[in-house]
Amino acid sequence: MLERAASVTDDAITIPIEGDADIVAARLKSRQLAKQVGFTGTDLVLIATAISEITRNIVCYATGGQMTLTAVTEGRRRGITFVMRDQGPGISDVQQAMRDGFSTGKSLGLGLPGARRLMDDFQIVSSAGQGTTVTMSKWLR
Amino acid sequence: MPVPILKQGDILIASVQEAMSDSDLALLRDDLTSRIGEFHSLGVMIDVSTVDVLDSFATRTLLDIAENSRLRGAKMVIVGIQPPVAIAMVKLGLILDGIPTAHDLEDGIELMRRNVGKSRQRDR
Repeated sequence: MLERAASVTDDAITIPIEGDADIVAARLKSRQLAKQVGFTGTDLVLIATAISEITRNIVCYATGGQMTLTAVTEGRRRGITFVMRDQGPGISDVQQAMRDGFSTGKSLGLGLPGARRLMDDFQIVSSAGQGTTVTMSKWLR
Repeated sequence: MPVPILKQGDILIASVQEAMSDSDLALLRDDLTSRIGEFHSLGVMIDVSTVDVLDSFATRTLLDIAENSRLRGAKMVIVGIQPPVAIAMVKLGLILDGIPTAHDLEDGIELMRRNVGKSRQRDR
């Protein structure tokens, strides 16, 4: 996806997502980079909220993982892409996990479908035993 | 980083900080629940005006605090939800059902006084 010839990516930042404090750090880091890219106001909050949901999934359901943040220029549009990868148990039924209100834990079950609504692009790749990778982007309007 | 809880008459006021972790929030929930009994508080006010992310965990914790407060005989009001935060919560599908909200601390105290006053009159 990101390897497409038309896209130019700046240096990527990767941070570990292992515990509670990393969720807060991920929120701050994503907000910082989004601001540098040119996002303002509501978009900054939408991005930080989506990051909070997905990184919490890593902390709650996997033993740990990492998040890579990249500022992206694709043709004339500029945006920010997040790749969140874990080596956890994976999700056996991704379609089910993307439905509002579905949770195998004690959560409200809005994390994955909610994060998709907050971002412009959202992709999840997961299978049982293989871990989970969520890639999401937001573009400047 | 624990959240300081202020006592203002019958009301407990907690100002949630910007960079709250999940365990900070859980600690606040437990602290408030025990303080209500300690101070015989009738109201709990949570100020989120400096918070820029209220995600599903935070919302669930706020709902828990509201229910804990109710069970302990106090009412909860949330004040200061910022416009972008409200937009994000609606997009996420989060609903703070049945929890009174107010624009800021001042409006919250006014709302709380009315609510607490009502329940006092009922008790008589």
